Amino acid sequence: MALQILWFVLWGILWAVYFMLDGFDLGAGTLYNFLARSEREKSLVRRALGPVWDGNEVWLLTAGGATFAAFPSAYASLFSFLYTALLLVLFALIVRGVSIEFRAKGETASWKKGWDLGLGIGSFLPAFLFGVAFGNLFRGLPIDARGYHGTLLTLLNPYGLLTGVFFLSFFLVHGAVWVAFRTEGEFGARAHTLAGRLWWILLVAAVNFLVLSYFETNLAANYLHSPVLLVVPVLTVLALLGIKLYLVKNKTGMAFVFSCATILLVTATGLIGLYPNLILSRTDPASSLTIFNSSSSPMTLTIMTVVALVFVPIVIGYQTWIYRVFRKKLTDDTGGILY
Amino acid sequence: MDVLTLSRIQFAVTVMFHFIFVPLTLGLAWLLAWWEHRYVKTGDEKFLRLVKYWGRLFLINFGLGIVTGITMEFQFGMNWSAYARYVGDIFGAPLAIEALAAFFLESSLIGLWVFGWNKISKKAHARVMALIALAANLSGLVIILANGWMQRPVGYVLRNGRAEMDDFLALLTNSYGWAMFAHTLISAFACTGFFVLGISAWHLRRRNETDLFKTSFRTAALFALVFTVLTAFSGDQNGIQVGRYQPPKLAAMESHWETRAGAPFAVFSWPDPKNEKNVFEFLKIPNGLSLMTFHSANAEVKGLKDLPPAERPPVLVTFLSFRFMVLLGVFFIAMALWAWIKGRQGKWGDNPLLLRILPWVIPLPYIAIQLGWLVAEIGRQPWIVYGLMKTSDAVSTAVSSSQVIFSLIGFTLLYGTLAVVDITLLMKHARKGPDVDTSAILNTAKV
Repeated sequence: MALQILWFVLWGILWAVYFMLDGFDLGAGTLYNFLARSEREKSLVRRALGPVWDGNEVWLLTAGGATFAAFPSAYASLFSFLYTALLLVLFALIVRGVSIEFRAKGETASWKKGWDLGLGIGSFLPAFLFGVAFGNLFRGLPIDARGYHGTLLTLLNPYGLLTGVFFLSFFLVHGAVWVAFRTEGEFGARAHTLAGRLWWILLVAAVNFLVLSYFETNLAANYLHSPVLLVVPVLTVLALLGIKLYLVKNKTGMAFVFSCATILLVTATGLIGLYPNLILSRTDPASSLTIFNSSSSPMTLTIMTVVALVFVPIVIGYQTWIYRVFRKKLTDDTGGILY
Repeated sequence: MDVLTLSRIQFAVTVMFHFIFVPLTLGLAWLLAWWEHRYVKTGDEKFLRLVKYWGRLFLINFGLGIVTGITMEFQFGMNWSAYARYVGDIFGAPLAIEALAAFFLESSLIGLWVFGWNKISKKAHARVMALIALAANLSGLVIILANGWMQRPVGYVLRNGRAEMDDFLALLTNSYGWAMFAHTLISAFACTGFFVLGISAWHLRRRNETDLFKTSFRTAALFALVFTVLTAFSGDQNGIQVGRYQPPKLAAMESHWETRAGAPFAVFSWPDPKNEKNVFEFLKIPNGLSLMTFHSANAEVKGLKDLPPAERPPVLVTFLSFRFMVLLGVFFIAMALWAWIKGRQGKWGDNPLLLRILPWVIPLPYIAIQLGWLVAEIGRQPWIVYGLMKTSDAVSTAVSSSQVIFSLIGFTLLYGTLAVVDITLLMKHARKGPDVDTSAILNTAKV
């Protein structure tokens, strides 16, 4: 019982940190072709992502691995039910990764243009599709005792699409703030302005998401049952306002901190509402996969708890160190990069 | 085609593609760490140039290994959800541990290594590559222990309608997995040796940067020699494990039909699975098979006829893959010895033949490694977990064949394109030599 709840929390943390870290890669990658006008500016964006995107993406792999190890039935159902949607995410992430790596290894204009496009699309699709997927998890999937009764199109319902837009606008703000934080001068100012404008879109999407969630999903039930939990969404709203406040104050570093906090808190808000379900059925509640009926044995959960408690802090430690190494604003001096 | 066949083809295509990029990552990371260590110790610029040249090739290879690895984890849930559900309690743990303990380190540090040349001390930078090498190898260990569990399931009990973990230590100390890991890692080092030898030879023949490429040639020759020989020893250890824990695979590898003590080994033979015998057997060595497999002349070797045909692995492909792998292995030892002797004598110009052949040898270790995996995976059929779960019971039920046709076509197109691009890039940068003007790539001049 306690172990399953602990693993639900850990599972949530892994997803939240993934969204927090890869969120700015995906956002900046989507904006890349629009925001950066010259080769120099493109180089700045790529160098803002280059040292960290790979390590950020592993949080997704770990979230997947943790789902497999801690809730194998949920893992099996989720990945086979959402086969085509996940396939598209996978293809996009592959294209995103190789675009960053390959782009610097050729010289022709068409080569660069092709991989620029790859980075843009490979970042946009996951940003949007993760939202669609989580929207559908919140809303519930058409599952009964005989299995899943839906297709890719089932996922593209208004609520799923809205959650997709919500996630996308989130990552766009997050990415724009990251670029503004990492760069200086005219380009940094442009990224800063863009972040400020995108924030309004995010606000509209967030309000719509909250309202529609109340009518379309059962996420509110846990909050109505224990109102003390409402502190999480309230903090989320405050953090969201904090992004704007620090953008106005021209403190992009703090704006980024608040943007990180908002993403962590939004994920927490959603997952608290989902608890104790992992895969909710909207047609047959008895067929929902919860953390209790889909978990691993106590032994596996215990072993994985020890492993996670040892390694997650170590990972956070060296990733923090790497972020500190690259904390200085990017300049035009590209010496010391191996291309 | 049904979902099962399509999913098997898709898994084979994606895992074989993934494993094109793994061996070089496992081995070249250590050579880079060594040269960078030498640079820090001696201050000799030659070593720095070696690191940058081979590092560029390493990175072109590394990226694809990383992104194609994610596919493998996803597929266990997407295509093999019945498997994930039945054995996830024990099989999921190593996958999660691999991500937490190894993959995180490797992926986080690679960015630091590429972008951090002026940001951390030279010594720390060299250590980062050593850590990348260690993490990559550790990652291989944990994944192969998971595969080892599919080959020889240990430490589980059947409870609650699934295989649950009973003894985690048994999984970690599974002799089958360790033998496979040793063979995989060592052969990956041998493969790396031939990669470096081949490219160094190409440049030496053209007298480009002879001082630099002599150094990489010599290091790689020693590396290749040591690890081709060790590949043979580790392969023998693997054979013992197969003979002990998966007799049908061994019987298929050797096309051995009748169970008998003191089984002979035929140097040349050809299986005839329909009639459950071999078409011919030449050069029979008495007791050879018993000796090779169990290191004992009179040991009993189980034959394929012990099992009904439906329980046997495909004989011809297992047999041929094994034979060609071994044949290539012998050829590699001879080539590595030749390169090592000539490298020591320093007779470069006198040996255009060696220098001409070596670039063409580069693909062969990759082929040998793929053949080895064919033996390991096809030889285990019809089981996905040997003796515990059939492959046909493991496939997803919620997935339609049209979905898998779509994904298989997608993977083929995407991976095909990436393969062409990657190999073209590798060849281009390998030919270019160590000095690359990066300002043209970065366009930093035009501010």
